Amino acid sequence: MRKHQRRPSKRPWKLWRGKRALPSKIVVFGATSAIAQAWMRLLAPHGASFFLVARNATRLESVANDLVTRGAAAVYAETADLDQFATHPALLERAVSSLGGIDCALIAHGVLGDQTAGEKDFTLAAARLLTNFLSAASLVTWLANYFAAQYSGTIAVISSVAGDRGRKSNYIYGSGKAGLNAFLDGVRNRVDRDGVQVLTIRPGSISTPMTAHLPQGPLFASPETVARDILKAIQSRRDVLYTPWYWRGIMAIIRMIPEWKFKRMDL
Amino acid sequence: MPAKSKQPVFESWGRYPKVDCHVAPLFWRDEFPRGTRLPPAVLAVGMGRSYGDVCLLEGGTLLSTRGLDRFLHFEPSTGLLRCESGVTLAQILQFAVPRGWFLPVSPGTKYVSVGGAIANDIHGKNHHIAGSFGSYVPSFELVRSDGARMVCSARQNTDFYCATIGGMGLTGLITWAEVQLRPIASRKIRYEGIKFSGIDEFLSLSSSGNHVEYTVAWIDCISRGRNFARGIYMQGDHSEIIEPKNISREPHLAVPFDFPGWVLNRTSMRIFNELYYRKQLRHHATRLIDYEPFFYPLDSILHWNRIYGKRGFLQFQCVIPWRYGRDGIVAILETIADSGLASFLAVLKVMGDRPSPGLMSFPQPGITLALDIAIQPGVTFPLFDRLAEMTRELGGRLYPAKDARMTGPQFRAFYPQWRQLSEYRDPAFTSSFWERVTGDA
Ligand SMILES: Cc1cc2nc3c(=O)[nH]c(=O)nc-3n(C[C@H](O)[C@H](O)[C@H](O)COP(=O)(O)OP(=O)(O)OC[C@H]3O[C@@H](n4cnc5c(N)ncnc54)[C@H](O)[C@@H]3O)c2cc1C
Ligand SMILES: NC(=O)c1ccc[n+]([C@@H]2O[C@H](COP(=O)([O-])OP(=O)(O)OC[C@H]3O[C@@H](n4cnc5c(N)ncnc54)[C@H](OP(=O)(O)O)[C@@H]3O)[C@@H](O)[C@H]2O)c1
Repeated sequence: MRKHQRRPSKRPWKLWRGKRALPSKIVVFGATSAIAQAWMRLLAPHGASFFLVARNATRLESVANDLVTRGAAAVYAETADLDQFATHPALLERAVSSLGGIDCALIAHGVLGDQTAGEKDFTLAAARLLTNFLSAASLVTWLANYFAAQYSGTIAVISSVAGDRGRKSNYIYGSGKAGLNAFLDGVRNRVDRDGVQVLTIRPGSISTPMTAHLPQGPLFASPETVARDILKAIQSRRDVLYTPWYWRGIMAIIRMIPEWKFKRMDL
Repeated sequence: MPAKSKQPVFESWGRYPKVDCHVAPLFWRDEFPRGTRLPPAVLAVGMGRSYGDVCLLEGGTLLSTRGLDRFLHFEPSTGLLRCESGVTLAQILQFAVPRGWFLPVSPGTKYVSVGGAIANDIHGKNHHIAGSFGSYVPSFELVRSDGARMVCSARQNTDFYCATIGGMGLTGLITWAEVQLRPIASRKIRYEGIKFSGIDEFLSLSSSGNHVEYTVAWIDCISRGRNFARGIYMQGDHSEIIEPKNISREPHLAVPFDFPGWVLNRTSMRIFNELYYRKQLRHHATRLIDYEPFFYPLDSILHWNRIYGKRGFLQFQCVIPWRYGRDGIVAILETIADSGLASFLAVLKVMGDRPSPGLMSFPQPGITLALDIAIQPGVTFPLFDRLAEMTRELGGRLYPAKDARMTGPQFRAFYPQWRQLSEYRDPAFTSSFWERVTGDA
């Protein structure tokens, strides 16, 4: 069976050596995100081509200029509000035809939003769930089918440690990310056998515009650190990435707290 | 405008003075000025590598440009780079060196932003030939608090162009700039180190080495008597042998905490100066070295300013015009040596006469001396006040980027053109420095 001959090697020494070629035909959703920009800058000097999608046209143009200057082979940019997921298939088809195929997608868009406002007005919470969960799930669905058909490809999605457990300070955001995590686990289970990597990225607190209004504690990391971790995880075909690394331990502890205790805590 | 974030006090490199201000990080060029709630007083800041208070604003909002770090265009045939103002010289080198290009002017650290380099019109080891940074910035965009956006160059908005170069951030926010790079064949510098004793030897080395692109001297300003004003004259130019130009590795060493005050004292400084002088055994040494240790010896250790302890330190940099140059520098060095206050980083350099487009530019033809001294209560300030007064009497001037002490009358004597700058100052922009030196005018 041709299908199974194409499956990726699972030899462990290949896994940790991370010797896979860098992605070169890349589509990025939420390309104006600080984390996405830092990640693309790692790849541009190697001559990657990009198809960028974001909402703000002038900002998108700056990002495109930056990547071209740093050595990207080609940069295509399109503005779209990703909440409109009826437009996703056509958008992705344009990405495929512009780049002549895709080997990697990064889904980076997301909104933190105001938790307390969403508690009072569910339409606000619903809009947030739409952006953080449904719109990403729609893109992943199309990409999983596309990559499965070519027996290769990487879908990297920025979720969050906030999805590991609902907390009163940000459960509207966190539950969207939790839904996304479960969705990605399922998709991975479906398309891993077709040679497709599905990477769930769970960053902790990162200094980006999304968190600029928060006090920056010692656990905050830079988008550059996260970007390097993402690239390493893609190259070594990881499934789930906590970044920076210490968040894996922190979240393990937070998940271990029994619910009767957790529900009374201020987190 | 993004919301203000309450951060620990933003510190300048000398960590003095300590002032209370907010930091509002900018990530996009269109973010300022946004919305109606413009803070009453703002100041753009880059990497905070100024020593004193030009990059501070007591009670105000600092617009941090670190997120404005995009390259916008590079012309490989001419070496003209257009980038956002928060791009650092380190990032430019990382990008340009492998492509065979180098900075037109390099200060003693590569961790400064393009915006900061323009606003202080910085100079480097090639000042005697190349002039200052502003001469290599053909154009930039200036954004004012009323929302006006101006492209400034020698042909367009020329008055704002000249006022902004060396304008200490007071004319508004620089969002992007063009920087003219210069070609190189290799990372290597043909280095030559020559020991000297006394100012006269330094001056004769300077005039015979005038054609060499980069020159600077380290000087021992503790020793008196026979060893007074001894030092090592260091010069170099780019090697012309074509070689692969790799990317530099980022430093991994950092000073992890503040050193206690007693670590740097007269004895440890004396030992340092002795060792530094003896490091080079022969009177004359030549070799090929990488540009990193040649230009940025201190950058290999991050946060080295912590060795001066929590109280911080002051930097003194003056330029004394030729008319009084030699004797003036000798008098200043004697005052420093007599004070007993130690310094291990003292440099002497001859400045050239290539004019800068900047209105307020610090460099002028003559001899410049720069050194830092830890703050010790009761002794450091009087010494600095004495040195500032001597500089004034000698017709020289002090460098605002490295000052925390000069008085209003001194500043206005050093820079009589300050009134012109104040006409181009943006009404919403000011700094602790500006308030200090013009508040009593
Ligand atoms: C180890 C060391 C060695 C040094 N050696 C030299 C040297 O050899 N020669 C020399 O000239 N200087 C030297 N300096 C000083 C340094 O080059 C200058 O202070 C430089 O301006 C610092 O840049 P910055 O990005 O840190 O700016 P900051 O210190 O953050 O700000 C400096 C000024 O620039 C303004 N500014 C910053 N960004 C903008 C912007 N986008 N728009 C408008 N205004 C802006 C600020 O308002 C402020 O007035 C040295 C400093 C250190 C720490
Ligand atoms: N920063 C953190 O601490 C942190 C922690 C964990 C996870 N994350 C996740 O990391 C990802 C990247 O965020 P970031 O930290 O880099 O913040 P960011 O710079 O604010 O990026 C978020 C991006 O999402 C875009 N976006 C939001 N809604 C969109 C929509 N409907 N359509 C298209 N684009 C949309 C935004 O575009 P506009 O500019 O047009 O609004 C923005 O560029 C997000 O998924 C976030 O949830 C962040």
